[in-house]
Amino acid sequence: MGFDLLPILLRGMWLTVQLTLVSAGFALIIALLAGIGRLAPWRPVRWLAGIYVEVFRGTSILVQMFWFFFALPLFGITLTPFVAGVAALALNMGAYGAEIVRGAIASVPKGQIEASIALNMPPALRMRRVVLPQAFVLMLPPFGNLIVELLKATALVSLITLPDMTFRGVALQQTTGRTLEIFTWLLVLYFALAYPLTRFVRWVEKRASAFRGA
Amino acid sequence: MPVPTADPTARTFPAGTEPIVRFEKVTKRFGHLTVLDELDFEVAPGEKTAIIGPSGSGKTTILRVLMTLVKPDSGRVTVDGQYLYHRRVGDKLLPANQKHLREVRKNIGMVFQHFNLFPHMKVLRNVTEGPIHVLGVPRKEAEEQATDLLEKVGLGDKHDAFPGQLSGGQKQRVAIARALAMKPKVMLFDEVTSALDPELVGEVLGILRQIAAEGEMSMLIVTHEMGFARDVADRVVFFDAGQVAEEGPPSKIFSEPENERTQAFLKAVLEH
Ligand SMILES: Nc1ncnc2c1ncn2[C@@H]1O[C@H](COP(=O)(O)OP(=O)(O)O)[C@@H](O)[C@H]1O
Ligand SMILES: [Mg+2]
Repeated sequence: MGFDLLPILLRGMWLTVQLTLVSAGFALIIALLAGIGRLAPWRPVRWLAGIYVEVFRGTSILVQMFWFFFALPLFGITLTPFVAGVAALALNMGAYGAEIVRGAIASVPKGQIEASIALNMPPALRMRRVVLPQAFVLMLPPFGNLIVELLKATALVSLITLPDMTFRGVALQQTTGRTLEIFTWLLVLYFALAYPLTRFVRWVEKRASAFRGA
Repeated sequence: MPVPTADPTARTFPAGTEPIVRFEKVTKRFGHLTVLDELDFEVAPGEKTAIIGPSGSGKTTILRVLMTLVKPDSGRVTVDGQYLYHRRVGDKLLPANQKHLREVRKNIGMVFQHFNLFPHMKVLRNVTEGPIHVLGVPRKEAEEQATDLLEKVGLGDKHDAFPGQLSGGQKQRVAIARALAMKPKVMLFDEVTSALDPELVGEVLGILRQIAAEGEMSMLIVTHEMGFARDVADRVVFFDAGQVAEEGPPSKIFSEPENERTQAFLKAVLEH
């Protein structure tokens, strides 16, 4: 069964978890900023947010990662593999997340905004107290999916020398040649990360939508 | 005291009082459809005005223009002596900005046909939200006020419920409490019982009667409940094709309407 392979793979798994969490954190912040930015009342802000989203959704995440790691140094900016990996993952997923944020905000019923205008709320307060809390519930399911996508995409960092789970597996395969065992373990371990994550997101979603049906 | 005038469509307006709301030649179009057609219309401080008229005649649009939810194409709207959509800078009139809108809008509150409660907030929060975050009332004081208001609308035991757990009539009563908590000078009610099951209409109308009886606040009530309009309103305005077709005290409008369209409308509604 190849349990002897596990210690090395698990070391890589820990890096995979770190990459996922850190990138997801940044992706979330970027998604909120860009998603709200696309709905901002100021044209330059909408425009910048729009360019960001289209560029990062419209190009390959692997090429983005290569660009941060191999191309940026040519401009005198050298990133560690971890930073380059997080930057690519967070910016790419942030762009998809921005569309989720925008869609969720747009689907908060118009009557909610009208009610907050009737209470004379200024626009920022409206957004913070009325729109975002309701949009947030709508964002949770697609965000859950996005984080699972992110987890799986972290495997790409193995190509910029980061020793994540995939990197360890490939290295082990090259030294031991136990191809079937190693790659089967990798499948199992990725699933072992993704499945609880999916369950967790579903649980949060249930709790957060307790007020629904109003 | 109201001064009766000879013109049957003219307002009976307390002499020497400035209106709290004034529409002057207000026009609103949606595409080719002219919904408000150079509308002239006034409301006296404290006056309870019922607005009746056929569906699609622009009644909701009047309220939405006042609440700044729909911007008119032309004309002037004045609230408590201030232009709503224009601000004076020196001797010039400029379009209102956000700051000006907020300044004038604080005089107005609205209750919607479909309640529009905040579903993610408990009942008490729905009512304290405006006072705390818009008016800056201390939390404790806002909660005491909300408690009184919820008591008044008969929902003293529902503080911790979410709107989704309430009946339509209860939701609408929370919405009324929420609007009252802002202490507006003018309150707008847009068919607040039309989305309710028939057996729940009475409880909401009862609250409105009570509020009307209390006094100072002006109320603009769009309604299809003719009996209610007759009891509560100081004045009934029959609205048709974007203009006031006829207005007067309820006794007159309901008993001896002069305008043919009013007659036809009332006949249709009362036979229904
Ligand atoms: N946002 C809008 N866009 C287009 N048409 C509208 C809009 N709001 C209202 N209308 C139209 O304007 C007319 C008057 O509407 P409304 O003021 O709601 O009438 P009422 O409340 O008297 O039934 C209707 O024909 C309606 O379809
Ligand atoms: Mg209407």
